[in-house]
Order: sequence, then structure tokens, then C-alpha cells
Amino acid sequence: MDKIKDNYDIMVIGAGVVGGLIARSLSFFNAAICIVDRHIDAAMGASGANSGIVHGGYDAKSGSLKAKFNILGTAMMEETCRKLGVPYKNTGSFVIAFGPDDELELARLYENGIKGGIKGLELISGEEARKLEPALNETVTKALWSKTAGVVSPYKLNISAVENAVINGVDYLRETTVTEIQRTENGFNVITDKGALNTKVIVNCAGIYADEIAGMVNDGFFSLTPRKGEYLLIDRSEGGLVKRVIFQTPSEKGKGVLVMTTVDGNLLIGPDANIAASKEDISTHADSLDFVYKTALKSCSNLHLDKVITSFAGLRATPDTGDFIIGESRKVPGFYNVAGIESPGLSSAPAIAEFVANEISEILGGLPYKENYIEVLESHEFFRDMTMDEKERAIKENPEHGRLVCRCESVTEAEVLESIRRPAGARTVDGVKRRTRAGMGRCQGGFCMPTVVEILSKELKIEKEEVLKGDRGSYILAGRNRG
Amino acid sequence: MTEKRSIVIIGAGPAGLAAAVRARKSGIKDILLLERDYQLGGILKQCIHNGFGLHVFKEELTGPEFALRYIRKIHELGIEYKLGTMVISIDENKNITTVNEQDGLRIYKAEAIILAMGCRERPRGALRIPGTNPSGIFSAGTAQRFVNIEGMKPGKTAVILGSGDIGLIMARRMTLEGMKVKAVCEIMPHPGGLTRNIVQCLEDFDIPLKLSHTVTQIHGKTRLEGVTVTKVDENYKPIEGTDQFIKCDTLLLSVGLIPENELSEEAGVLLDPSTKGAVVNQYLETSVDGIYACGNVLHVHDLVDYVALEAERAADSAVKRIKGTNPQKRKRMTVTTGEGIRYTVPQIIDRDEKDKKIKIYFRSKAILKTVRVNAVCKGKTIYSRKFKQLVPAEMEYIRIPSEKLKGRNIIIEAVKK
Repeated sequence: MDKIKDNYDIMVIGAGVVGGLIARSLSFFNAAICIVDRHIDAAMGASGANSGIVHGGYDAKSGSLKAKFNILGTAMMEETCRKLGVPYKNTGSFVIAFGPDDELELARLYENGIKGGIKGLELISGEEARKLEPALNETVTKALWSKTAGVVSPYKLNISAVENAVINGVDYLRETTVTEIQRTENGFNVITDKGALNTKVIVNCAGIYADEIAGMVNDGFFSLTPRKGEYLLIDRSEGGLVKRVIFQTPSEKGKGVLVMTTVDGNLLIGPDANIAASKEDISTHADSLDFVYKTALKSCSNLHLDKVITSFAGLRATPDTGDFIIGESRKVPGFYNVAGIESPGLSSAPAIAEFVANEISEILGGLPYKENYIEVLESHEFFRDMTMDEKERAIKENPEHGRLVCRCESVTEAEVLESIRRPAGARTVDGVKRRTRAGMGRCQGGFCMPTVVEILSKELKIEKEEVLKGDRGSYILAGRNRG
Repeated sequence: MTEKRSIVIIGAGPAGLAAAVRARKSGIKDILLLERDYQLGGILKQCIHNGFGLHVFKEELTGPEFALRYIRKIHELGIEYKLGTMVISIDENKNITTVNEQDGLRIYKAEAIILAMGCRERPRGALRIPGTNPSGIFSAGTAQRFVNIEGMKPGKTAVILGSGDIGLIMARRMTLEGMKVKAVCEIMPHPGGLTRNIVQCLEDFDIPLKLSHTVTQIHGKTRLEGVTVTKVDENYKPIEGTDQFIKCDTLLLSVGLIPENELSEEAGVLLDPSTKGAVVNQYLETSVDGIYACGNVLHVHDLVDYVALEAERAADSAVKRIKGTNPQKRKRMTVTTGEGIRYTVPQIIDRDEKDKKIKIYFRSKAILKTVRVNAVCKGKTIYSRKFKQLVPAEMEYIRIPSEKLKGRNIIIEAVKK
């Protein structure tokens, strides 16, 4: 554990995007706060493996928490991302129909959206849709255009939120697994694999494990099912095939397979939706990936499998209650659940964070704000996005920008070093990758990985064989050659 | 700021080094060699095995020794080079934008550019092998760098997917370092690497080669715990019921090399979808005037000796351009692949009276025994040569007398007699 106080006012369990943003919002208050997370880095659960979409908000049933927070969160997203230096684009989205049945569903979604007070919704013909998105197939008969939808880097939002919280004095306790929670006079005694901690309030943002954490205080009134979604990520050369997020008309299985250009410029297709074998099962499968590809082809036939650079899977925490679970436990005062945050969870997260932080403040009798809290992160443009003049200036100011570590994504040594040195910085090869994009390009780290290993080893003052890819156990090298 | 040079060579691996030495010896003084690494030599630095130089130097050398022969000449001849220098863009006017620590951002304007950037390895993602995403999966070249440059072992027990030469070399190398290599799987019914490597790297060490097998699932949450290996049918589809779990902590991928042409494409250089390298004429000139390509950035070679020889031809063409003695292009012909041929280099012939014979390199699509390779113009075979055997892993060539060329197209085909 990085830093330890004996007693905390607030403990956030889980450093996903919801936990991270809540901790950030809480960090503006004057209180002793910690984030406890079992992983070595933020964004290692669902927050690091999803579509990265800011939804329009027409989808969730009007009146539900999903609808409420989606609409509020989407409206806050641009500003939140600006403050945190996170890539965001207001691209808009289409839900496309392939015939009368789908069109009926589009009309229903449109009505639902209007009822919820959503702006920027428009039903357009297949022809109009193709004019705006020429890659769409001829078979598209109609589209629901949501102009407020967008794309965001989910893991960057997550990582930056945690960093912002840490800058405001939150203790980020990585690689710390909660094993038991005991109620005390003033709150809770939380037993972890690294020791025990006292806290007045617990905010349960434990993602897919939130039901088990709630169970530790005997308030497991809900259960979460891991629903797996598999994706194919395609080379940046294919990015821009579509400008907007292209959904197919949703069915009972979810929002369906989408085609989109990520905020980083890759083409992304997926996800499917299947119950995962376990809460740890993030493996991809040939049939699922095949299904994703074939289904995506229905939207755009111009998708090239030979340009696929990687596949991944994420787990949605689907609650048996049918809606987000947000609120203080009725049985256990001071225990606050933020659970079952499946789609549109990312879109909702900024609004959930603000709401929950205010609620927690009230529970603790109304917390005062810190005098000099920081809500804007210092951030720089990526070297690869700089103009020639800016690049020249950057190298003059810091010659480490003159050493390109990752060729595919033009990531400089200065950027890799900064990603490690920042508060709540990278500790692993994947951590560097998520922060800088080093290794995320077409060669998938074949070229830069040894250099990143070397830099991590120097910066963290550990041996190369101790450098990890991700969580503990994921060592990259087994040791020295023999004699 | 912009600086001028007659020839700028991008990449100081075997192709770039050989081109630089040749161009300097032909009298070009202001040559600039650009290299992103901090040493000259490219991938040869980590190829510490032998088998290099048999054609160029008539003796057997290791990779570093082969490179050193050229590096010494670079120094003797006083050829200018820049290390730690990344080219971030090239344009069709032959402006080259570079970045390094000392000079910051610098632009060079060249009369001729020789592309010698080599190739990269195909990563796991391109194969879409499903499963988890643990550590322990390396492209063969990355593992080679760890073992040979950094003196570090990637794991204890390994499976290698793909029987490309680097994978085969690494099977032996890892065995010598005390790792257990359990199998080399090859999806094709024939090996991808040279026969000599199959014998010297696998058979001599009793490492099983599983032809028509591939890896169908990756297992392990943090570190690789094993792979599922499955037999494939003639369409490379996994055969049900043939799954076999092999426990290992390391998977090496040796599943093909891809020429690094992102920079070339930016300059407008047209690429051949079969080679993934530039479309060139017999002078190794690309579709952009004054930009030449050679070595593995043009097409993946089997032997470094051929890379060096090709680079010298590219240098000769660049030198001729600068001296104004480049051949007058007359009639443009396209070279197309017929039966049994995967690709040819060149893909274009600019016919010139001075040419005596045109050398066309090719690879076959499959193992072909006792075939004739024909060059066909306007439906007539103008040249034919018998081959005892063609193997996709090995590059071959034919030499066509240029006076026999007719029309606008020539087809190269390999047919059974």
C-alpha cells in the first residue's frame, strides 16, 4: 500500500472509471479518503475494455437511473474530459435499421428519447444516412441520428480521474484486495491482504465484484452476472471508415454490434454479449469474434480482417435489478453502493460521481470543500499530434522527446518517462501503453516493448525480470541466460 | 531547417549499409544514412548465428560479422550517418523529416532516396488467436533481442507458432539457453523456413515440427499457462477433435514479416499487395520518381546476401540518376503472376536498349516439383527454365533476354511439364 493513514473518512473500493471519478469528486472535499483496488493499475476491469462511447441517452427506459444519469453524464462529458486532458469527440451516432421491424424499434427509441427530453435526435432515411456515412451498406433503410453521442478514451478518463484524486490528497492503495469488512462503532474495519484499515464510509465501486463486497456487510440484496463482450480492434489505416458510432437496431441481447472509429483513430467492431464462465473470464473465442465480424459486415461491408491488430473482451456487470444500483444501504448506514454500472455506465460516470460525492458529504454531515482543490489536470498534447513547429519546440525544451520509443504511434521517451512519474503513474508495460499508446499500434509492441521494459526497470528501480505486463504474476522475462 | 544531400538512405541494416558503401564507391560524396537505433547494423546485430555471407563474401559469417564488414567500410569511406534518428515523414518531393535528440527536428532534401527500412513481424492480433491476454507471448524477433542482446530468457518452456527462419533459429537458441521447446507448429503443410534451418535447428535438437497445426487458444490470466494446438485441414480450418493442450509459459510467433512501408506510403509510393513492398521497375525505382527501394522493405528475402546485392543495384540506379546517366525509359511493361507464382520483383519493366537481360525474382505459391518457369508475352512463351523444385520459403530468379520482350505485359508462370 502506497501510503496509509490509520483512519479514513471515506474508502472507495474499486479504481474503475466510476470509483475513480467518485474519488475525484470526493477529493474536492476536506476529508481523509482512500481508493482501495485489487489491481496494479486503474482501468483494469470493465473500464479498460469497452467501446468508449458516450451514449445519446435515448435507449434506457425513461425514468430509470440509467436514463437519468446517462443524460446528465453525457452533457458533462466534454467538460470533464477537457479538465482531465482526456481525448473526447462529439461524433454523433446512428442506430441503423434494415427493414420494417427495425424501423418500428427505431421509432420506439425516438419516442423514448423525446419523452426523456433528449436533444439532437433525428430519424433519417437510409439514403440520408449513406450520404453522411458513405460506408454504410445499401441495405440500411433508416437511421436514428443522435447528435449528442460521442467517443472517449475510457481508460484515459479512468486513469486521469484517479490521478486527479491523488493530486488532491487521496491515497491510492493499489494491489490491495478487500477480504472482509467488520462493522465498528464509527464505521468499518476493512481487512485487506495488505492489512486492516478503518473508515467511516465505504463507497462500493467494485465493478463485477460489487455484489460480493456488499455481501461482506451482509447486505447482498443484488447479484451481478458477468456478461462478456468481445471486440476486434482494427488498424488506424482503416479508422475514419465511419465518422459516427454505428449501432444496429438493439435486440433483447443488448445494443448490438457496432462499428466505430475510436477516439484514437482505430476502427473498432463489437461487442457480442454472452454470459462469461466466471468473473475472471476475459478470454476471447473464435466463434464470438467470427460472429462480431459477420454481424458488423451487415452495417459496412468494407471491413478488412487482415487489418485487425488485436482482439479483447470486457465484462459488463449486469445486475438482476435491471437498473443501476446507487444509494446508501438500507441495512448498513455508511455503506454506499454504486453497482451494476453496465452500459451506459461510462456515459453516466461523471454525473454519478458528482451525485454520489454530494450524497457522501451529506452522510458525513456536510463536508467543507478544500481550500485549493485542483480539478484541472496539467496535460500535454501527444507528440504525434503536434505540428512540426511544436515538435521542434518540444525537443528543444526536452531532448528526451527526440528519442522515439514507439515508432507505430510516435511515442517519445519523454512521454514514457512522464507516464511513469506522474501521480498514480504507470507501473507496468500495459500501464505505459494505456497512458502513452506505446505498443498499441500495428506492431503491437514488437519494437518498443524491450525499451519500455528497460525504462520501467530503471525508473522503478527493479530488475528487468521483475517488470510486469499487467497484474502480479505477469512477468515478461524469466531471468538471465545461463552462464 | 532544411539540408540538402544527393542520396539519403533510410535504415542502416544490411540493405542501407550495402547501398551506402556502393553509392560512395561510385563517387557520390554527400550520402546520408539514417538509423533509428543507436548502432549500425539493423537486425543483424541480434542474429548471432552463422550462415551469412556465403554469396557476398564467399565465407560463412555471423550476423554481426557480416554487418561489421560493411560498417568498417562506412567508416573508412567517411560516410555520414545519424543514429537514434527517426524519420517521421517523407514526401513525394523527397523531403525527409527526422527527429533526434541532438538536432531536434530536421528536414533533409534529397535528389534520390533509397528506402531500406526492412520489415517488422506480424503480431498475435493479426492472427486473431483467441483466448486470454497474458504475458509470455513474443514475436520471435523480440525474443531474439531479449536473449541475444540483453542476455535475458523469455521463459522456461516454449511453443513456437510458425516455422519462419527466425522462429527456427530461436528454437535452437532457447534450447541452448536451457529452455525446453516443446513444439514448432506450422499451419501450412510445408515448413516456412529454409531446409538447412529445419535440419540444424529442429531435427538436431529433437524438437518436433507439427505441420498443418496451429494454435487455437491462449490460456493463462497473468502469465501464459499453455496453448491449445489443433490440426488443420487443407483449407487451414481447425479439425474438430484434434485439440491438444500444451503446457508452456512462452509462445513465440514466427508467422511472417511485413515490409515497413508506412513512410513509403506517405510519400505516395505504390505498394504491391502480394509483397506488401513497393511496386518497382528493374532499376528498383518505385512509382515515385527518384525513390528507390531494396532489401526487406521491398520484399522479404530469405538470405541477407541477396538483400545486400539488391541494395547495390538500388544504389547503382540512384547514382545513375544523380550523374544523369540513368537509362532512357522506353516502353513500360507490367509483370504479372501466372499459375503457381506468388509474386515477382520487379513488377514493372521499363524496356531499354542497353539492357541485356532482365532478372526477375519470384516466389512460388506452394512446393512445386519438376516445373518449368515460363515468361509469356502476347500468348507466346519467350523464355523457359526448368526447376527441379520450387519452395515458397526460397526466392528464385530467371533472366530474360530483353530483346525478346514484346507488348505491354509479361506473365511469369510455373507449370508442370
